[in-house]
Amino acid sequence: MIVAHRKSIPELIEILTGHNKVLVLGCGTCVTVCLAGGQREVGIIASALRMASRIRGHALEVEELTIERQCDNVFIETATEAIERNDAVLSLGCGAGVQAIAERYSHKPVYAGLDTTFIGILEERGVWTEKCSACGACVLHNYGGVCPITQCAKRLLNGPCGGSREDRCEVRPDRPCAWQLIYQRLKDIDQLDRLRQIQSPKNWASSLDGGPRVIIREDHRV
Amino acid sequence: MNSDIFEPKILAFCCHYCAYSSADLAGSMRIQYPPNIRIIRTPCTGRLEVEYFMKAFENGADGVLIAGCLEGGCHFIEGNLCAKRRVNAARDLLSEIGLEAERLRMVNVSAAMARPLADIITDMVQTVRKLGPSPIAADATSITENFS
Repeated sequence: MIVAHRKSIPELIEILTGHNKVLVLGCGTCVTVCLAGGQREVGIIASALRMASRIRGHALEVEELTIERQCDNVFIETATEAIERNDAVLSLGCGAGVQAIAERYSHKPVYAGLDTTFIGILEERGVWTEKCSACGACVLHNYGGVCPITQCAKRLLNGPCGGSREDRCEVRPDRPCAWQLIYQRLKDIDQLDRLRQIQSPKNWASSLDGGPRVIIREDHRV
Repeated sequence: MNSDIFEPKILAFCCHYCAYSSADLAGSMRIQYPPNIRIIRTPCTGRLEVEYFMKAFENGADGVLIAGCLEGGCHFIEGNLCAKRRVNAARDLLSEIGLEAERLRMVNVSAAMARPLADIITDMVQTVRKLGPSPIAADATSITENFS
C-alpha cells in the first residue's frame, strides 16, 4: 500500500491561508490503513484546523468527508457537491488522489494534506516500512524476494558493500543489511547459486526519468 | 463557585473500573473536590481516541483529564497503556494547534484512591486556572451550556 503521514497543523494553516470554507477530504483506501488520511484522521485534522484557525484569528469553516477512493472517478463523483460548496479542498489522499481531484475540478484549489512517502507494508502495529520503489522492472526473482533497490541503502545489485556491521546496514544501523537478508533468504530456499550470476547495470528507462509512466491494456479499454 | 476568579471547565474521562469508582468512593467518604469537573464514565481509557479529546476542546473545555487504572492493573490488560500513548500524541497535536499541552493530562489511580483523585482534580483545576480560559472556549457553546 501507499504510506503517507500528515503535514503539521501550522503548515496546513499556512497552505490554507486566504480561504474561508475548506473541505477536508479523506480516502478510504491506503491512507486509511496507514492511519494518515481515513475518516478518523479527517475528523482529527478538521477539528485541529478549526481550533488552530480560531486561535490565529481567522476562523475556518471546515467540512469533513471521506470517500472510498480518491483515485477513481466513480468515487470522486460522490464528493462533487461537497467540493463545489467549499472554497478549497484539503485532500488527505496520496499524491495520486490529490492530483485526481485537482484534474477533475479545474476551478477549485486542491491542496495536499499529507506527505506521501513510499510503497510499503505494516511491519508491526504503528510501524510501516518501505518495500518497493516502483522501478518498473522487478528484479525480486533474482534476490529471493528481497529488493536490493529499496532495501539496500546503496542500491547494490551484485553483493554487499562490505561496510555492514554484524547484520546491520552501514548507512542505517537501525535497519538490517539488505544483502544479509538476501543471502539468508537464498540459502533458505536453496538458491544461493543465483548470486554467481553477475547482474548488468539496471536499465532505469522503466523508472521515472521519462516522465510519468502509463500502462495501456487494450483488452480492457472501451 | 467564586465569580471573581476564573473557574475552568474540565472534562474528565474516568475508567469504570478505577477512577469512576474512586470518584464514587470520594463521595461516600465525603471528600470534596472542585465542582469544575464533569465526569464521563468510559468502559476503559483504551476506548478513548484522539478525536474525543479534540472534540472536547473544540466544544469549549478548558482542560481534559483522563483517569485510568494503575499501570499493570488495567481490567483489559493494557488499555491504559494504549490511552497513555494516544494522550501523548494528542498533547503534541495540541501544541501544534497553539493550545498548551498541560490542558490535557492522563493520571492513573485505583478504585481505592479517593483522596489522591481529589488531590489530582484540585491540582488539575489549579493548573488550568493558571493557564487561563481556553481561547477556543469563547466561541464554543456546547460545554458551557452543560456546565451552567
